Amino acid sequence: MKMKTEKQIVSSNQFEIMIERLAHQLIENHSDFSETILVGLQPRGVEFTNRVLEKLIEITKNKDIISGSLDITFFRDDFGRRDTPIEAQELDMNVSVEGKKVVLIDDVLFTGRSIRAGMDALMSFGRPKQVELMVLIDRRLKRHLPIQPNYVGKTVDSISSERVVVKWKSEDVKDEIILLKSEE
Amino acid sequence: MSELSVNHLLGIKNLQREDIELIFKTADNFKRIINQPIKKVPTLRDITIANLFFENSTRTRLSFELAEKRLSSDVINFSSASSSVKKGETLIDTVNNILAMKVDMVVIRHPNPGAAEFLSRNVKATIINAGDGAHEHPTQALLDSFSIRERLGSVKGKKVVIIGDVLHSRVALSNIHCLQKLGAEVAVCGPSTLIPKYINSLGVHHYSDLKEALKWCDVANVLRIQLERQDVNYFPSLREYSMVYGINKELLDSLEKEIVVMHPGPINRGVELSSDVADSDHSIILDQVENGVAIRMAVMYLLAGKLKK
Repeated sequence: MKMKTEKQIVSSNQFEIMIERLAHQLIENHSDFSETILVGLQPRGVEFTNRVLEKLIEITKNKDIISGSLDITFFRDDFGRRDTPIEAQELDMNVSVEGKKVVLIDDVLFTGRSIRAGMDALMSFGRPKQVELMVLIDRRLKRHLPIQPNYVGKTVDSISSERVVVKWKSEDVKDEIILLKSEE
Repeated sequence: MSELSVNHLLGIKNLQREDIELIFKTADNFKRIINQPIKKVPTLRDITIANLFFENSTRTRLSFELAEKRLSSDVINFSSASSSVKKGETLIDTVNNILAMKVDMVVIRHPNPGAAEFLSRNVKATIINAGDGAHEHPTQALLDSFSIRERLGSVKGKKVVIIGDVLHSRVALSNIHCLQKLGAEVAVCGPSTLIPKYINSLGVHHYSDLKEALKWCDVANVLRIQLERQDVNYFPSLREYSMVYGINKELLDSLEKEIVVMHPGPINRGVELSSDVADSDHSIILDQVENGVAIRMAVMYLLAGKLKK
C-alpha cells in the first residue's frame, strides 16, 4: 500500500519573505517597469504573478505595471501522448510583447517543458526584447531541457516520486509549500 | 469532462450535451488564438488531414482548411470534379488510397446521407462529417449555437425558429438536435411543402405564418432556398416565396422586440433575406463565419487528442 508523507518546506512567514525578496530583485533589474510585462503561465503561475504584482505595487506605488496570463495547452509537446487531453485555460494577453522585457512566471520549474511551451506561446504576441524566468520553486535535478530561471524563490533537490505542492492563501487556508513523498 | 464521448463527428445526434459544452469551451480558447497577432498554434503538427469534397462548397471547405492550417496540421484537398471518382472508383477505394498515404483524419462532404457514417465503419481514420446529403451538417449546427451563446449569453431557454427550406436542409436537422440538447425551444417556419411531414415527432412546432413565428422567437435562423436539390416545384415562384417568407427591415421593425438573424450562407439576397437585414445589427452572419473556424479547430483538436500515438 502506498503511504504519503507530507513535509512543509516553506512556511507561511517564509513565503511572504520570499515574495518580497523576489519583488525587490525585479525592481533592481527593471527600475520603473515601463518596458516590462509580467506574464503568468496558466494555471498555477497566474496566482503567483498576482501576488508579486501586489507586492510590487505596494513597494513602488506604481499602478501601471503591465501583466498578462498565457495558456500553453496548444503548445505542449505531449499532445496525443497522454491518457486524457488537457483542458485549455483562459488566456489574457491584451498587450503586444514586441520590443518589451518579459518576465515569464510559473510556480514550480521541473522538467522545463512547460517553460519551453510558454516561450513558444509568448512569441505569438510579438518579438520580445528579452525574456526572463521567475519561479517560486526550482526542482533543479529533474530538468529535461536546458532552461534555467533568473529569479528563484527556493531551490529544492527532490526525486521524481516526490511532489511539490504550492498552497495559496487565496485558495487554501494559508500560504505554504509542501513536499509530498509516496512510499511503498 | 475533458474528452469527447465519440471518436468521429458524424452528427449532432450522437453527441451528449457535455460534448457540445466541451467543444464550446475549447472553441472559446481558439477564438482568442485566431484574434492574436500570430494566429497559429503548433498542436497538430504531426497530424495529416484530408478534405474530401464530393459536393461543391466554398465556405465550409475554406473554413476547415483554415482551421487545419491554424492548428499546423498537414492538409490535402480533394474534390470529386477533378478525380478518379469520375473514372468509376468507389468511395471506400478512393478513401483507402488516400489513407495509404498515412492520413489521420478525413473531413468529408458527400451528396449521400450516411456517407460519413459508412466511412467511419469501413476505414481506419477519424471521420468528420462536413455535410452528408440532407442528413446532418454538425459543425454548422455547433457554430450556429456557439454564435447564439456568444450573442445572447446562453442557448438554454432561448426560442429559435428555423425558416425556409427545412425539407432539403442538413443544417436544419443538425440545428434542431444541437439546440434541443442545449435546452433551447425550436420551431420551424415555411410553406408546408418544404417542411418534413413528421417534424412534430422531433418536438418542433411548425408555424405557417412568418410574422407569428418572428413574434415568438429570440433568434431566426434563415435557410437558403436550395433550388439545386428541388426536383419538383415546391412553391409557385421565388417572387411569391419572398413575398410570404422573405424577411425585410419593415417586418423586423414591426416586431416589438429585437431578434437575432442568422443565415448559414450563401445568402440569396432579396429572396429569403433583404440586403438591409443581412447587413444590419440584427444579423450575426459574419460572426458565424468567424466562429466557424474556431469551432472546427476545437472539433479537430479534441478528436485528434483521441488518436493515440
